[in-house]
Amino acid sequence: MITILYAFISITLLGAFFGIGLAIAGKYLAVKKDEKLYKLERALPGVNCGACGFPGCSQYADAIFEGKVTELSLCPPGGPETLAKLGEIMGVVVDLTKEKEIAQVHCCGGKDSAVYAFNYEGIPDCNAAYSMYQGNKVCKYGCLGFGNCITVCPTNAIVSTDQELVRVIESKCISCAKCVVECPVGVIKMIPVSADYIVSCNSNDKGAATKKACKVGCIGCKICDKKSPEGGFKIDNFLATIDYSIKGERVSAVEACPSKCILPTK
Amino acid sequence: MKSLKTFSKGGIHPGDCKELTNKEAVKNAAIKSTLIVPMSQHIGAPSECLVNPGDEVKEGMLIGKAAGFISANIHSPAPGVVKEVTDIFLASGAKSKAVVIEPSGEFDQLGKIVTPIDWTGMSIKELQDKILESGIVGLGGAAFPSNVKFTIPSDAKIESLVINGVECEPYLTADHRLMLEKTEEIFKGLEILSKILSPEKIYIGIEANKPDAIEKMEKLALEKGTGIEIVPLKLKYPQGDEKQLLKAVIDKEVPSGKLPLHIGAVVTNVGTVFAIYEAIVFGKPLIERIVTVSGKGIKKPSNLKVRIGTKVGDLIEDCGGLTDDAVSIVMGGPMMGFSMVSLDTPVTKGTSGILALTQKEICKGKETACLMCGRCVKACPIGLMPTRLYKKIAYRMYEEAMRMNLMDCKECGCCGYVCPANVPLVQGFRLGKKMANKQKVKS
Repeated sequence: MITILYAFISITLLGAFFGIGLAIAGKYLAVKKDEKLYKLERALPGVNCGACGFPGCSQYADAIFEGKVTELSLCPPGGPETLAKLGEIMGVVVDLTKEKEIAQVHCCGGKDSAVYAFNYEGIPDCNAAYSMYQGNKVCKYGCLGFGNCITVCPTNAIVSTDQELVRVIESKCISCAKCVVECPVGVIKMIPVSADYIVSCNSNDKGAATKKACKVGCIGCKICDKKSPEGGFKIDNFLATIDYSIKGERVSAVEACPSKCILPTK
Repeated sequence: MKSLKTFSKGGIHPGDCKELTNKEAVKNAAIKSTLIVPMSQHIGAPSECLVNPGDEVKEGMLIGKAAGFISANIHSPAPGVVKEVTDIFLASGAKSKAVVIEPSGEFDQLGKIVTPIDWTGMSIKELQDKILESGIVGLGGAAFPSNVKFTIPSDAKIESLVINGVECEPYLTADHRLMLEKTEEIFKGLEILSKILSPEKIYIGIEANKPDAIEKMEKLALEKGTGIEIVPLKLKYPQGDEKQLLKAVIDKEVPSGKLPLHIGAVVTNVGTVFAIYEAIVFGKPLIERIVTVSGKGIKKPSNLKVRIGTKVGDLIEDCGGLTDDAVSIVMGGPMMGFSMVSLDTPVTKGTSGILALTQKEICKGKETACLMCGRCVKACPIGLMPTRLYKKIAYRMYEEAMRMNLMDCKECGCCGYVCPANVPLVQGFRLGKKMANKQKVKS
């Protein structure tokens, strides 16, 4: 019994000794951290997604604090709130009018609609598939569906569909644009969160070639622009795009689209 | 019996299947349709295209100019009219600019007797320039521009010139037939090379499954008394790689990331030697090469002399077409070649074979989890650890993979061949290298 008591007392004494030691050291040897830096770190969301170009949030805070970067809007996940906070801390007037952007996959040519050029039997990885003939679809602009974007997404906002394509869940997207960088095809693009419709095609092939390669590809027929002249449709390189700064009516264009590739985002 | 030389580390013994074509003399392939001449047939920068649609081209006319130091000239393989300049996919899956030529008009070189040029008076610089001008690249498969290889820094000394007649890839017999049919010419080509490089010793490495070629070459070497040594080698893949060949023939190892020049050696393929002979003595640019068309899926396997740019489909037609059970068409050897998607893919300077393989020959299995059995480690001729490298790449740790010498992998395919779990190791390394390079460019 007495042995246990010895152990108990010695451990307690040791604990007390180190505890007091640490408390003293913490008080007198502390490295003074600037209040501003502390605030900056707190203002950033702490997702460590890397969208700003730094390994994590605290490195970005360091860089702002040391004046290495003056741009405060590098944190898309934080959005205008974070930007406002950062501006307040640094005493800079910031532009809060920029809208949040989210990633969208600009391809709806799944396995039922797209024509495949060959059977790909290699590693199920978009980069590997893209290095062989730029993918196994006849269309060289479409989603390959192997899901590299799913792997890199920090918030699991991308899911694969039964059509061997991928889809972004808008509510989960934090606009870090990692998927945009990862995608070898470049089929994922950032669009404003308020966008109601997207042209879900990325093909710059001529209309006839697109039609052969995919049932739902944009053939650049310009019907959308004719039907909804206020809708901000622009046809460049046989592909329609929407200028989201123009907020006109787009429903009649969607209904008229012959290949039905203008899809609602919601 | 004297034991034959070979390299020490790793290697495998696939069945060689050369009996299909090794008795077939080289025939000329017909030009059946348009020729597609890619501008990127070699390692290095793609050539700069010199022609426009509608232009008339002559046989052997320069149509692509070397762009940069590591690049090669490209010549028109046939007389005709340029139909279009377009983007095509090569057999490797890479995109390249290509000139499509509709053959027409008269062949002014084919079959004509040309008086040999006396080259003995030419200086080394002139010979090197001629090689550059003729667009000669290594014909073993990698297609490395020859003029770069033979431009030796002034302080370097060439101890040994090793000629590669190994042809270790199964099925292929193009070099074998060349050594049998053009023995004399190869030796003349060697004289030219020895003037350029002035090596102390010349070796010709030939694998033991070509006894007739070894015998013929040995006889000629003895007759000429030039001190060229024929080295018969034990059958083992990948002996045709320059590093393995050097280890086997002169028992020296090339350090990681270095060229054979580092140990005072130059390796070149027999096909290249023959092309150099033709370029210098007859002034003929590299517009044709010998291609083995083989495999159980081909009705009449043969060796063909093919103009660069001929469509693969035309060659297969020349060989009697495909059998019903052919399932895959491969450009190159079965170990390192690429499975092709379209029969309109053209033959390039680096194409040594076209294989039509049946399901039985492919024996593709289902991928299962790695067993950690270590067979790939034992088979790797460089001494890498494929099993761990593959894991690093699968987890996207490209920098770590680079530290484990990923870049030394030459994709010979030994690891994938022996893997009992059918892990796509080589494909993984190819991806890893690509991604690692991409990352390096970014940072």
